[in-house]
Amino acid sequence: MKILTGNDLKSGDVVWWTGSDWSRHVDDAVDVGEHAEAVLAAEDAARRVNAGYAIDAEQTADGIRPAHIKDRIRALGPTVRMDLTLKPADTQAGNWVI
Amino acid sequence: MVDPQSGTSLRFRDDEPVSDPAVTVDSFAEQTNAAAVRIEPGDDARALLPHLARLALVEVNFPTYGDGRGYSSARILREAGYAGELRAVGDVLLDQLSHMHRCGFDSFAPQVPIDRAAAEKAILTWPQVYQKTVDGRAPIWALRHG
Amino acid sequence: MYQYDTYDQQMVDARVAEFRDQVARRLAGDITEDQFKPLRLKNGLYLQLHAYMLRVAIPYGTLSGKQMRLLGDIADKYDRGYGHFTTRQNIQYNWIKLDETPDILADLATVEMHAIQTSGNCIRNISSDQYAGAAADEIVDPRPYAELLRQWSTFHPEFDYLPRKFKIAVIASDTDRAAMRLHDIGIQLVKNAAGELGAKFYVGGGMGRTPMIAPVIGEFVPLDHLVTYTEACLRVYNQHGRRDNKYKARIKILVHEIGADAYRAQVEAEFAHMLTLGLEPPLAELERIKGFFPDPAFETGLSDTVDRSDLDFALWLDQNTIAHKQPGYAVAVISLKPVGGIPGDASADQIRLMADLGEHYSFDELRVTHAQNIVLPHVRKADLYTLWQQLDAAGLATANLDLVGDIIACPGLDYCSLANARSIPVAQKISERFADTGRQRELGELKLKISGCINACGHHHAGHIGILGVDKRGLENYQLLLGGSEGADTSLGKITGPGFDEDGIVDAVEKATDVYLAKRTDGERFLDTYRRIGMEPFKEAIYG
Repeated sequence: MKILTGNDLKSGDVVWWTGSDWSRHVDDAVDVGEHAEAVLAAEDAARRVNAGYAIDAEQTADGIRPAHIKDRIRALGPTVRMDLTLKPADTQAGNWVI
Repeated sequence: MVDPQSGTSLRFRDDEPVSDPAVTVDSFAEQTNAAAVRIEPGDDARALLPHLARLALVEVNFPTYGDGRGYSSARILREAGYAGELRAVGDVLLDQLSHMHRCGFDSFAPQVPIDRAAAEKAILTWPQVYQKTVDGRAPIWALRHG
Repeated sequence: MYQYDTYDQQMVDARVAEFRDQVARRLAGDITEDQFKPLRLKNGLYLQLHAYMLRVAIPYGTLSGKQMRLLGDIADKYDRGYGHFTTRQNIQYNWIKLDETPDILADLATVEMHAIQTSGNCIRNISSDQYAGAAADEIVDPRPYAELLRQWSTFHPEFDYLPRKFKIAVIASDTDRAAMRLHDIGIQLVKNAAGELGAKFYVGGGMGRTPMIAPVIGEFVPLDHLVTYTEACLRVYNQHGRRDNKYKARIKILVHEIGADAYRAQVEAEFAHMLTLGLEPPLAELERIKGFFPDPAFETGLSDTVDRSDLDFALWLDQNTIAHKQPGYAVAVISLKPVGGIPGDASADQIRLMADLGEHYSFDELRVTHAQNIVLPHVRKADLYTLWQQLDAAGLATANLDLVGDIIACPGLDYCSLANARSIPVAQKISERFADTGRQRELGELKLKISGCINACGHHHAGHIGILGVDKRGLENYQLLLGGSEGADTSLGKITGPGFDEDGIVDAVEKATDVYLAKRTDGERFLDTYRRIGMEPFKEAIYG
């Protein structure tokens, strides 16, 4: 699947396109198929996202998994500061990025 | 070439605008009557120094704002005593005007028009300056030591 | 320390106002991200992996207690309670919000600090010797010269859109502690045969994907031509540096391609022209700046004897303090490399504590080192034990300066959008593998440096042992380099062979140190042994 990510213009937070809005959680992402460029152009112009781009990802039993480690780290947070990730209570969450 | 009368040009000089078309640096050397020339980023501004007396307008092209060679070209011409119009053309943006002005530009022909009041304000961004350039401003070190 | 006058303050305040306006125009849609990006970068603001990142300038790595304390407060107020000290003697915050950035810059301006030109294709913050003013081997304090150039380079109108970034380092001793020859311009203050002070200019060094050691371009530039000569070096680069390929745009490529002699000839011609323009501040300006860098009011007659009865303290004393030019004083280095920690990170509380300690024990002065540690430059030996106790209580007393645990690491793929692999977890595993202090001391001086990509922010080329993270078909992979150095004997490391995974690289490092222990002769450091016996024995042990 193709999903869209970028950063919130004001806060810089990593965000994922849900089909109608941007979410902090990669599991909210939707497959945009062929529409990546159109959505990104419109969202960029409306300043709802900064530096947006499309990535490959797959739907797994555990949720959506970006194809590249860089985007998995973006989705989770820094693996060396688990307290600052989206899953601070899950000590094994860092293994997900590998 | 941008028509200086069209309103998309910002001039900060009192003399009459030059209406001659600007020729390239290469052809300028052969055209003994040309009074206007256009410098591209790869051109050597020093090639013009023997001919400054007959020049009334030098355009310096910025195809993209990030290519900073034009700043050196402008300063080199002013350092050699060029007193005619020095016009930045192309991808000339509000946030680069103050530095361009400090390097000797006194005229701007931006692709996308800039409001004159905003441009005047931008040129005054720095209350003081640290370097001596060609804009006649006394640098901070000169103010400190009289 | 240098103190702003009303002019300096006006300039910083004007910058805050300018950036506040630029941010407002970006948020309002008046300028595009493409137009805004260089503006924010010149104010130290990146868009990184997880958020905006702000890099604050610490000119030549020197700061006061008040400034350090504000850095801690910013970490709490605008970030997530910590900061990261960098190899360029700066500090970075990882979780910054765009709309709060102007307020951060305004806070910084209240203590004479800023983020000016800490990124972008312009002249960056100028670095220097972290022991300036305290080292016994310096011929003069290099920082006034760095400050002179800081002012000259600040908002320089001609050099704001260079082909690429431009880094200058200034030192004043034969022992290079600032990787000077790996800078775009490295300046060493020297004395000529007549005993006059001048500057030796090395131009065209750098790390990155094409590491180069800078050749000498100006053998002896008189002090009253320092700014003019630098300006000439920059103008030649601005005109002729490559702009067709970002990876070939640094000045090292220009100097390499046309040759040092041709570059020097162009600089000399430009310099001769510029000398007629009156660009140089008068020597009185240099004297004015020097007036801000007097020796502190050292006490005399102090004892050099230190009570070593606490063995943990004695370890730290031996490893983390350095001889001071003044009897009875020492330079104390605070390691930001605890075992298993993140190199260069410090919490807001730790930063504020270091601010207090700097005020109490070091004449209100601190330094940031390019090895990502903090220095208290002027500590009475009689105060060292009390100082150590307070550091120890805050987890800041790791006794590993210049040992294998004192690792330089870039933020890597945990934070950086350019990285190909994570650096910090590798640093953590190596530091845990060699956690035993006795083992580290047995290995002696061993500079280990890790970069998470070819841009080499972790200085892997210059490590006795260097590690470079790469992307190998979507997996993190690490190459090992041996034999780099950044000191007076600058050299570039060589790759041993095929790369490793994360655990494999830790094993490989250990095998390399085993070879050293087996082959060394008396007094040899790891680097010396490598230089004597060459790569082969290491390769055999690692791959054989």
